[in-house]
Amino acid sequence: MSTLTSQPTKESTAPRPRFGWLITDSISVSRRHLLKITRVPESLFFALIQPVMFVLLFAFVFGGAIDVGPGGAQSYREYLIPGILAQTVMFAVAGITVGITEDASKGIMDRFRSLPMRPGAVLTGHTLASLLQNILVIGILSVTGLAVGWRIHNGFSDAALAYLMFASFAYAITWVGAWIGLHMPNSEVAGTAGLAWIFPFTFASNIFTPVATMPTWLQPFVLWNPVSCLALAARKLFGNPTPLLGDSFPERYPVQLSFAYCFLLLAIFAPLAVRAFKTRNK
Amino acid sequence: MTLAIKASGLAKAYGDVIALNGIDIEVEQGTVLGLLGPNGSGKTTTVRILATLLQADSGSASVGGFDVATQPDEVRSVIGLTGQYAAVDEYLTGRENLELFGRLFHLSKFDAAKRATELLDRFDLSDAADRGIKGYSGGMRRRLDLAASLIGRPNVLFLDEPTTGLDPRSRQGMWAVIEDLISEGTTVLLTTQYLEEADQLANRIVVLDHDRIEIVCESAQDVARAASLIQEFGSAPATSEEVVKTVLLPVAGGSTAIVNIVRKLDENKIAIADIALRRPTLDDVFLSLTGHATEADEAISAPAKGRRGRKARS
Ligand SMILES: Nc1ncnc2c1ncn2[C@@H]1O[C@H](COP(=O)(O)OP(=O)(O)OP(=O)(O)O)[C@@H](O)[C@H]1O
Ligand SMILES: [Mg+2]
Repeated sequence: MSTLTSQPTKESTAPRPRFGWLITDSISVSRRHLLKITRVPESLFFALIQPVMFVLLFAFVFGGAIDVGPGGAQSYREYLIPGILAQTVMFAVAGITVGITEDASKGIMDRFRSLPMRPGAVLTGHTLASLLQNILVIGILSVTGLAVGWRIHNGFSDAALAYLMFASFAYAITWVGAWIGLHMPNSEVAGTAGLAWIFPFTFASNIFTPVATMPTWLQPFVLWNPVSCLALAARKLFGNPTPLLGDSFPERYPVQLSFAYCFLLLAIFAPLAVRAFKTRNK
Repeated sequence: MTLAIKASGLAKAYGDVIALNGIDIEVEQGTVLGLLGPNGSGKTTTVRILATLLQADSGSASVGGFDVATQPDEVRSVIGLTGQYAAVDEYLTGRENLELFGRLFHLSKFDAAKRATELLDRFDLSDAADRGIKGYSGGMRRRLDLAASLIGRPNVLFLDEPTTGLDPRSRQGMWAVIEDLISEGTTVLLTTQYLEEADQLANRIVVLDHDRIEIVCESAQDVARAASLIQEFGSAPATSEEVVKTVLLPVAGGSTAIVNIVRKLDENKIAIADIALRRPTLDDVFLSLTGHATEADEAISAPAKGRRGRKARS
């Protein structure tokens, strides 16, 4: 009893490089978020229900009206799934925006800030947990896709590269969400603002319909839109239909461009978010 | 004696609201300082600056010998903070919370688990250890929060209104726990709205409250007009009492405000019978805490007379 306080802390704070602590701290924080998912399984359930509904709606309701080349409905389903995967990765970002805003306005942030942990770990931990959740959702969606007739036609390594690409993009784009979340006054605003910017990127893209069906003035945006690149790259890697517009750069090198986008997003938004976190409420 | 906490001239403004206006604090190692003041007097702001959560606009402070502005990591490794609102994760259990904070304090997995069990025992939370915080009562949350701030065996502990919102029994329990910590030699800075609490726990008390300028007019008719004329020099709304022809204006910069006020009232042909700068005293604060706290909502604080040797009058 009498030794609980004011003793030198023997066990703690062994010297370790800052980067080492960043990793350990991030894992601790992400564990917190994963535990939270198990406590509120509804959040995961609804994160899943939405994309699965999209798959079913487009595969069976709207899909017949969209032409992606020979093969009819079957070929549309193959076209659709990579698009839905890209869409899911985008929509997941809104979740982290709300989560970060909510966290940042709570007392627990003060606790984190008063601990000798790496401050950036609060964000890296959160984004890591969100990545893991994303991977799970992507997995379940893929199975749903297979059930409605989507197939992977190319080899294992191409498919693996496609999934690596989705995971990388999912991770990189959450930093945009985190950065936005740190500037939101409360979680209601975060809920709307966090979704608002996602819509144009998600729907002005090739995920549901080929670029050729869109107005010419919009086509350059759609072609260069990271979401389109991601979907097109995945279609190429999976061997799904890829109705092309021409031979512009983003249509020729979608895989390379997608990875470049990942790198850019991370390089820009991770430092911005960490800085916003450190200066928030100061 | 070594100083565990030393702050001089700490000032902080949120936009127009001056939360702190150059306060000085010194706390000797192993002693307890009570920071007493009504709502909005800057208690939380002070604690947050000292705990490296907030940057002061001016002034300097060191905790455990480390500068809060330039050595935040070092400061964080010697302090524990129990904020005004429980800083724990709602969705985790009590044990998970403590283990998480232990890990983030860079204890090994084993030590973090051991420490969590130890603290849960000590704070009478063993039975609820594996339940979610959502189902904890206010008192249990507060105890868990205090336990969380002790994870790193801090030398300096900040307690921001540790018993606000607790019923008398839980308050007694909290006091007993804090007294234990104190007897083990922890330096404590405690904020409170209760004189009784400061009295019970603290060796010294510092009062945080507005400086006020008291203006007595010659004529009762002038009082209301005077109050609105001088408002611009105040840091919070003025209060006037026509019966005694008096206007009370909370201010930030006492002496310059007096000059301005006198000039302004003179220009407007309002005759003054008396004008004086009143520093807050413990008695004032006690009054405003227990009774007619009027201008307590907006903030201004000033260093006040600390008192010595007020321990034990229970
Ligand atoms: N984030 C903020 N933005 C704007 N004003 C703030 C902010 N935090 C505090 N203030 C203002 O600063 C002043 C001091 O606030 P502080 O929280 O330090 O007071 P306090 O003594 O802790 O009050 P209480 O007893 O109510 O907890 C108040 O007038 C408050 O309105
Ligand atoms: Mg407060």
